[in-house]
Parts: sequence; structure tokens; C-alpha cells
Amino acid sequence: MTEPHVLAAESLTLAYGDRTIIDALDLTVPPGRITAIVGANGCGKSTLLRALARLLPPRRGQVVLDGKALSSIPSKEIARTLGLLPQSPIAPEGIAVTDLVGRGRHPHQKLLSRWSARDYEVVALSLAATGISDLADRSVDELSGGQRQRAWIAMALAQETDILLLDEPTTFLDVAHQVEVLDLLTDLNRDRGTTIAMVLHDINLAARYADHIIAVRFGRIVAQGRPGDVITSDLIRDVFDLDSLVVQDPVSATPIVLPRGRHHVVGRAVTPEPGALP
Amino acid sequence: MTLDSVVAGRQARIRRHAVTGGILVLLLVAAFLVSLMVGNTFYGPGDVLRVIFGETVPGASFTVGELRLPRSVLGVLSGFAFGIAGVTFQTMLRNPLASPDIIGISAGASAAAVFGIVFLSLTDSIVSVFALVGALFTAFAIYLLAHKGGFAGARLILIGIGVAAMLNSVITYVLSRAAAWDLQTAMQWLTGSLNGATWAAVVPLAIASVVLIPLMLAQARGLDMLRLGDDSAASLGVRVIRTRVLLILGAVALLAFATAATGPIAFVAFMAGPIAARLVGPGASLLLPAALVGALLVLIADLIGQFAFGTRYPVGVITGVLGAPYLIYLLIRTNRSGGSL
Repeated sequence: MTEPHVLAAESLTLAYGDRTIIDALDLTVPPGRITAIVGANGCGKSTLLRALARLLPPRRGQVVLDGKALSSIPSKEIARTLGLLPQSPIAPEGIAVTDLVGRGRHPHQKLLSRWSARDYEVVALSLAATGISDLADRSVDELSGGQRQRAWIAMALAQETDILLLDEPTTFLDVAHQVEVLDLLTDLNRDRGTTIAMVLHDINLAARYADHIIAVRFGRIVAQGRPGDVITSDLIRDVFDLDSLVVQDPVSATPIVLPRGRHHVVGRAVTPEPGALP
Repeated sequence: MTLDSVVAGRQARIRRHAVTGGILVLLLVAAFLVSLMVGNTFYGPGDVLRVIFGETVPGASFTVGELRLPRSVLGVLSGFAFGIAGVTFQTMLRNPLASPDIIGISAGASAAAVFGIVFLSLTDSIVSVFALVGALFTAFAIYLLAHKGGFAGARLILIGIGVAAMLNSVITYVLSRAAAWDLQTAMQWLTGSLNGATWAAVVPLAIASVVLIPLMLAQARGLDMLRLGDDSAASLGVRVIRTRVLLILGAVALLAFATAATGPIAFVAFMAGPIAARLVGPGASLLLPAALVGALLVLIADLIGQFAFGTRYPVGVITGVLGAPYLIYLLIRTNRSGGSL
């Protein structure tokens, strides 16, 4: 592979109507790494991801891919480098898994052209990589949540992009499937060198699977860097307004956040009144 | 091994789509020929084919060539137009109720057409332009009224149904001012009819079809991609807004030209897509199958309307009888699944 592609935001301001979500944000997605964007609900992390994927035009500033503004690159050309798995993608009714995954080939196909040998090959490989080859001819409607998410990731793989953005790829999945999806993305990153940037809700999974954490609050980056350096109880308080203990995960040797709520905290005899902070 | 089974699986689906499409084409050709053969005088397929290929056959040349052929050609073309327009809207809005004949766009075309005919004494090709303007204006108005709810959603459909009711009362009003018209003509603008079929009426729709149908088919892949949702489609390189605008303009224009020629043939746009989807199976592109089903619906319903009963009924009465139960079925199913359309 040649030089990895670089995606960056330059003094990016995003707004819906007159409500500013992201204000003059600078960011470079570390090429060849796995980045997790974390933050409280409504902090603007999904909005940021949408803008990085050119789905939301910036109010000011720009998103640049290899130094060129996204707005100046033809959409299909971007789609060969940059893929996005939205939070709740829609499967056409009754579509077979193979055909869904094949939609990922769209940026590589010409108008009205049939599938090439290469298209078939990539689709088969994507099905195999996500472990759903035996579901190839099943209808996506019939799949379980975990299988369906793998089908969507297979579609993103079939797109063969060097950069893959994912908006909460583990939502609606049980813990086993969450780990499975993140393992799959790690494989993709290690085997193909794919740059991955995703919004993740689960701070502990983010700390375990990401090389790089970007913590967002009120549309600004509060901290970024290696999980071990960045994730501290101070940061968790800043970003989530949550009191917590951060320890080392004995399984992965990454930080793990143990929240301290109002209840079930050892050594705290009396539950404080709602609103009272310790 | 995996590769082979992936190829085999997809090829099997493509084959199924192709076979179904082929059968639909054969059925359409058969229905077309039958529609040319039957009438007050029966002409055999040989006579009919000779007329089509330009030979002079006593009697048949006039009856088939000047009466039945324009009627059948108009039936096929309007069926194509209604089918394509209907399935385009239904697919884009992800709702079978979002067909342009339900949400008032057909009524807009029809209202503009009758207005032009009754008050301005316009003739065929100008009427088509009027219908086009009426349909575009209606589509735009519905879009503006529903805009708050986004492009998709129940809101647009409910507003559309209201707009349709309003425009239908406009049509009724205009018709009531045209005292000289008989019931048949009035019916054309309310439910659609092929009775006014002449070559002069066919020409504008034929020209529109030649231009617009290839344009729509060129957007078929884009329409398929839009089914993944706007975000996925955009990130796969589809220019979402451009594709959607082209599809809407094309669908509205086809619908308007067809409506100007035949009136708003009831429920053809509404039924063609879902029937085509059942026939070709899931996951296939539906534009072409829906066009074929639309044409079949119009031709067969017109044959039934002309010859199955003692009286001759306009085609729209028959398609209306077929379509209304389906509409009720959809509404009941929608209600059961929780009220959102």
C-alpha cells in the first residue's frame, strides 16, 4: 500500500440552523490507527463524524482529505477512500445479504454496469471476513442484530476504503456481539491498515480497542491521545459529569472506568440526597 | 468455494428477475395484440400484424389502425408512465401509500388539464404542458407543506391526501361548469379513460416517454442506492439531492403527460409497484417491472371495462375497483402495526 490517506478537520464549525454544535475544531484522524470519539449524549460527536464523512456541510472551515477539501472532490471519488457506517442504516426490504454487501461496490462501478469478477471476489471476501458466508443468500430481514451488523460492516469492507468511519457500531448489540464487532474492526485495522474512526458510547470498550481517544464536550475536544494517557477520573468528570475510579483493566491492561453513582458504593454508609455531590 | 456460491446465489436471483421480466413482456405483447383484435368486429392476429406493419387491410386498416391502435398504444404508454412514477415515489418515500395518485399529484395534473380545456379551450399538446405545470406545482406545494417533517414520513402522505381531496373538488367544479360535456368525458378527468384516444393525443405522451423513460432508467441504480437511506447512499458516492430531484422531476413529468392524455387512471401508479415487487421478488430494481405491470393493468382493465359488462366502463372505473380494496388493506395493516404510515 502507498501512503495512508489522511483525514483532517480545519477550524471546522458545524451548526443546525442557528445552533452551533461544533465550534472551530481542528482535528487529524491518525492514519492507520483506531480512533474512538467519546463524549456525553448531545456533545456533537455524531455530528462531527457526519461532517468528516461529508454528510453535513460545514458552516465554516473544512474537512480535508490528503490536503484537499472534501467539497472539491467528486463524491464517488471520496467514496473510494472514505466509508461510513451510519448508526441506523436501512436495509431495503427483502434484500439478500450478498446484494446488500454488493452495494458497497457502487463507487467502483460504472453507470449501469454489471458486477465484475472483481466485484464478486471482493463481496465474497467481505462475507468471509465478517463470518457470514453461510448467510449469503439469506434475506437481511431474517438476520439477528449481530448478524445484521456484520452484514453492514461487510458492505463497508466491500467498499474497500482506506478510511472507515462508524457511528456507534455496537449499539443494540449484546456484549458478546459488541466485542465481536470491535475485534473484527481491529482485524481490519491490523490486516489492511485501514484507518478507523468511530463514535463509541462505551468508554471502557473505547479504552480497550482504540489507539487514540478523542474526548468531546460541548463541541470542543477536551482531550486526545492514547487511552492510557487520556482516560483519568478527572477527564471522566469533565466529559460526563461523573464521579469515577479509573483502574487498569486486568484483561487488556488499558484503563477501565468504574463509575461511582449514588448507590452501591462500598464504604459510603448513607445514600446522599439527589443532587448532592460527594 | 465461497466465491462460487456467492456468484451462483446472485446469478440465480438475477435469472429469476430476468425470467419474470420476460414473462411480463410476453404477457404485455399478448394483451396488446388481444386489445387490437377484439371489438365490435373481430380481426385475427394476421390482420392486426399486417396493419401494424403498414399494409392496407380493408376494414381493419381503419378500425385497428385508427381506433384500436392509438387506444392500445395510449394504454401501454400511460401504464408505463404511471407504473414508473408510482414506484419511484413509493421507493423514495419507503411507503406504498406515497404513490403520486394518492398524494394528489395526479389530481394536480388533472385539475390543470381540465382547467385548460374548459376555460382556455386548449388542445392536446398545450394541455400536456398545463398538466405538467399543475403536477409540478402540486408536488412542490406538498413538499413545502410537509417540509417540517423532512422529506419522508407520514406527514407528507397525510398532507398529500388532503391536497388530493381539494384538487378533486376543483376538478368537479370545473367539470360542472362545462355543461356541454357528457359523462364519459367527465369520467376521464375524474378516474381516467382511454376513450379519447387519438393519434394526436398519443403524440405528446410518446415524445415524453422516449425522453423520460431512458432518463429514469439511467437513475435506477441511484434509486436503488437511496433505499439504503440518505447517509449510506451519500457515503457510497451517490449525489443524493441531485438523484432525488432528477427522479422526482422525471416521475412527475411522466405522470403529468400520461394524465393529460388519459386522465388520472385510478390506482395504477399505486398498484403497479407493489405487484411488481411481489412478482420479481425482493431486492430487484423495480422501475422496469413496475412499468410493465402498469401497462398490463391498464390494458387488461380497459378490456374488462369495454367488453366484460353490458355497458362500457372507462378503464379508471375498473382499476379503481381493483385498487380500492388494496388501499383499504394497506390502511388496515398500517393501523395494526401501530398507526404510523
